[in-house]
Amino acid sequence: MQAFVDGLIAAGWFAALPTQVVYALAMLLAGALVLFVFIRLVAGSTTWVERRIWARIHSRVGPNRVGPQGVLQWLTDGIKLFMKEDLVPAAADARLFRLAPYVVLMGFVATFAVIPFGSRLVIAEMDAGLLFVLTVTSLIVVGILMAGWASNNKWSLIGGIRAAAQIVSYEIPAGLSILPIVLMAGTLNLQELIRQQGWAPWEWYVFANPFAFAAFFLFFTAALAEGNRTPFDLPEAESELVACFVTEYSGVRDLMFFLVEWGNLYVIGALVTTMFLGGWNAPVLSNSVAVQTVVEFLVFFAKAYFWVFVAIWIRATLPRVRVDQLMSICWKYLVPIAFANAVAMAVWVLVFPSGQPAVAAVMTALGGALIVAFFARVAFHLRRARVRSRQRLTLSPFA
Amino acid sequence: MQLADLVFYLLALLTVGSAAVVAFSRNVVYAAFSLMGTFLGAAGLYVFLAADFVAVVQVLIYVGGILVLMVFAVMLTHRIEDVQVSNRSVGTLPALLVVGAGAAILGYAVVTTPWRTAEPVPAEATTRIIGDLFLGDYLLPFELASVVLLAALIGAVSLSRKELRRE
Repeated sequence: MQAFVDGLIAAGWFAALPTQVVYALAMLLAGALVLFVFIRLVAGSTTWVERRIWARIHSRVGPNRVGPQGVLQWLTDGIKLFMKEDLVPAAADARLFRLAPYVVLMGFVATFAVIPFGSRLVIAEMDAGLLFVLTVTSLIVVGILMAGWASNNKWSLIGGIRAAAQIVSYEIPAGLSILPIVLMAGTLNLQELIRQQGWAPWEWYVFANPFAFAAFFLFFTAALAEGNRTPFDLPEAESELVACFVTEYSGVRDLMFFLVEWGNLYVIGALVTTMFLGGWNAPVLSNSVAVQTVVEFLVFFAKAYFWVFVAIWIRATLPRVRVDQLMSICWKYLVPIAFANAVAMAVWVLVFPSGQPAVAAVMTALGGALIVAFFARVAFHLRRARVRSRQRLTLSPFA
Repeated sequence: MQLADLVFYLLALLTVGSAAVVAFSRNVVYAAFSLMGTFLGAAGLYVFLAADFVAVVQVLIYVGGILVLMVFAVMLTHRIEDVQVSNRSVGTLPALLVVGAGAAILGYAVVTTPWRTAEPVPAEATTRIIGDLFLGDYLLPFELASVVLLAALIGAVSLSRKELRRE
């Protein structure tokens, strides 16, 4: 983005203003655009998408009243929450209680400073970008602990402490599964990571070698746990803890927590796409910069949103793990596997410093075979499924 | 440089202001949480020193690790609101004397030090340089530090395991 602003300044657009003020205004504008246009729209509409997909998986109808197929449900929900009273319990610590949602929101929104939307659409091309994302998300933990304590409620406190313990634990396998990719790419810059990959699947890092493939699954699992998603949504555990650290919140502050929860899904998807799935790389379709930028944005968004869909699918399918299982999954399985994987990747990089195209081709073929086998299995079970009702079995969520 | 100066002073204010809350607040939870402002402000000051990697790591370790640990410990403490001063043998007057003497020495040092000022250089990315130095010129100290940390980890695990066995 800096290059773009530099171009505008050089063209004499802001002759009256000092350069620094122009930069500051550009930063504020970009932040506002991302927050108010992109994040709100994506996080908000994801609530509707999630409820519709669950409904389909659970054989229910789901929200379908507001707008065609209920697409405006999230807007009405948001407006409703804006209208509600912003309650602060009498026994709560009012200052920290009011501050906590902002800390959580800050940790989430800051990730968009480095998350790219296209080869030219990125706010800051930061050199330590990947580390920056890991870092600012730790503010979410602080905010959650703050909310849990300030609510002065047993459920909130237990939920907050559970969430914090979980996020802090799963940061380790997440970090260790990023390490193989960093070893392979030799950079922490998100844009540079994407540039080193190509648009074709055999150029993606996920299929570069077996260790990157393993790192992909390790990272996605750990990221789900960090985002407090099923099967790791213990902090929320509605049946045990009411609504965890959000129990006492109402109105806009409640909305902020939910914005972060659903927005985080997109952040997970964007990170997976950036590191493993070739990011915004698209075949050159047009000589026009604008058209190509739109294509890149769509490619990146489609890949990232696919993983949002997978997370929703997992949430509708899998049961929740127990606390002891949660900790043993992390410390007894994910951490040692991720460690071994990182060491193996270091050896691999030492042996093949410039990659091994033959292995990448074989891995891509295997990955393709896996996907084909999966769909063949699903089709097999769909054929065998006996449909008891008079309705035909349909896969479309809009049927 | 006016805007950058403004940002610098805001960061300095954030750092010092939250440090003051840490020192003076009678509520331990407030003190623990306002430590976050100090850490974030310090990270911002590192950015001003063109140390981007150090700034990010500062937040990662201090906010993501140490602060969370401290808040955890504070939350599990019984009755945080009423502070009981356990050391009553030393009063206000000796404390004031010691603090005054310390402030005088520090002030003297600040005034008499010949501060070097350098021309600002364009910031460049430091991550790769730091990595090269750690795994090149400073490999031995780096490895030694890793071994010390590993020993501390193993020690902590064995200590907590013994507690369990005794019960």
